[in-house]
Amino acid sequence: MASDSTETPVLEIDRLSVFYGGVAAVRELSVEVRRGEIVGLIGPNGAGKSTTLHAIMGAVPVHGGDVRVSGRSVRGRAPESIARSGVALVPEGRRIFAELTVEENLRLGLSGRRSRTGSDEAVEEVYALFPVVGEFSQRQAGALSGGQQQQLAIGRALVASPDLLLLDEPSLGLAPRIVDVVFDALGRIRERGITVLLVEQRAQRTVAFADRTYLMANGEVRLTLAPSDADDTDAMVHAYLS
Amino acid sequence: MSGSFVAALDAQTVVDAIGLGAVYALMAVGIGLVFGVLRLVNFAYGQIVMAGAYTLAFTSQADWPTWAGIAMCVVVVVALSAAMDRLVFRPLRTQSPAVMLVTTFAVAFLLQNVALLIDVRDDTIGEPAASVASLNRAITVWGVDVRKVTIVAIVVAVVALGLLALLLRRTRIGLQMRAAATDFGTARLLGVRANTVIGVAVLLSALLAAAVAVILTVQNPLVSPDFALKDTIIVLVGVVVGGIDRLWTATLGGFAIGFATGVINGALPTDKTVFLPSVVFLLVIGVLLVRPAGLFARGRSGLVERL
Repeated sequence: MASDSTETPVLEIDRLSVFYGGVAAVRELSVEVRRGEIVGLIGPNGAGKSTTLHAIMGAVPVHGGDVRVSGRSVRGRAPESIARSGVALVPEGRRIFAELTVEENLRLGLSGRRSRTGSDEAVEEVYALFPVVGEFSQRQAGALSGGQQQQLAIGRALVASPDLLLLDEPSLGLAPRIVDVVFDALGRIRERGITVLLVEQRAQRTVAFADRTYLMANGEVRLTLAPSDADDTDAMVHAYLS
Repeated sequence: MSGSFVAALDAQTVVDAIGLGAVYALMAVGIGLVFGVLRLVNFAYGQIVMAGAYTLAFTSQADWPTWAGIAMCVVVVVALSAAMDRLVFRPLRTQSPAVMLVTTFAVAFLLQNVALLIDVRDDTIGEPAASVASLNRAITVWGVDVRKVTIVAIVVAVVALGLLALLLRRTRIGLQMRAAATDFGTARLLGVRANTVIGVAVLLSALLAAAVAVILTVQNPLVSPDFALKDTIIVLVGVVVGGIDRLWTATLGGFAIGFATGVINGALPTDKTVFLPSVVFLLVIGVLLVRPAGLFARGRSGLVERL
């Protein structure tokens, strides 16, 4: 997507390093995401994709480098503070509050809004984007199917009206038909111009979908792929990782 | 012994047992609220109540009006709870539950000894709280003697629990507290402020402790450093028996153990009441053997698979 290169990026990951007990999970990673862009992050298990998202959110300690959101460093800040500065995460495994209703889950997402005005409209927008979420708004969230819960998790992040949406493996554990539903939802999020960093295991779909996709391994970026590389994704990933 | 006397005794026992259950339910909620957001069993809760009771005793001795003494009790209890959260709980929030539990033991003993130092300045242990004692008088309802404080305890418990339920169900902070009690990490990632949620839980817990302090001081107007200690231990057991994971099962557990204590106390012959704790805790062991996850827990969740 065309964007002014002089504009401050929404997200700047600048030589980020994260260690787990002396072992490097992310090594001097540098990634930029500009306004309106969708950037993919793919790679094998343990490549450091999820850790990168957790480091952005302040959920794991950062050992080196910096993370800037709209030009301001968020390093060392608490997760709730980062959430309230315009970053929303759709966590791996959805992390729906099963005992709360669907609507209560959405309202919880409002905690990340910088202003309370427009809260009801934000909830209504999610109902419009995901009709099934609206239909079951009074049900216990734990009673929803996996695909419905994933839509709820994305909706819960969207009600915060974030500048940057982080998605951690949204298609994980879903049937192929439901994966289509999730990517369809991501397409509608793209139409709204929301900036997205998408972590995924489904390499080819991600490369085809994102404006640009980074292949991570051992905590580093190994390769940058464009949508035109989608058909060759598997071969390229294989070549670079072996 | 006439039949009507036995019936009256039974009704009397039941009323007293409900009163005790109501107080213990309030304490159970106070402990359960903090446990929900901090995963911390606050053993020092009884000493917070004790501090409130001393406040009532000293303000009564200084001839303060009763309402002013109660207001001061609330102020002291809330201030002490806030200080405990800020100085002890917050720095230890990331420590293991065992470290936090042992720390609350230390705080409990510290507060108890500070109370002792303050108390013995007049060379006697125990301070009378005369101004609230008038609530201890009984009125007769349908032939049953009911102490006014029993009615107060039941009304306060019903109103406080009702208001708390409304807060948790209907407000934004209540929703955030419920979410934090299930999965604090995810709640924070959504923007729920940890300090706010914990602060509100500590405040509510303190208000309940102040109410308990007033009720217990009316029932037992001689305040000593071990005030509310026995009650706290029984309530903690009740909370575990009921199921500490959920606020309402913890509350029911608190009420149940209070009620059971009251009934067993009434049923035991007067010369056998020394066996009251033995009988209560025998029952507790029996319950935990049959339902390790808690008396009111759904299904067999929790720690059953530890072997």
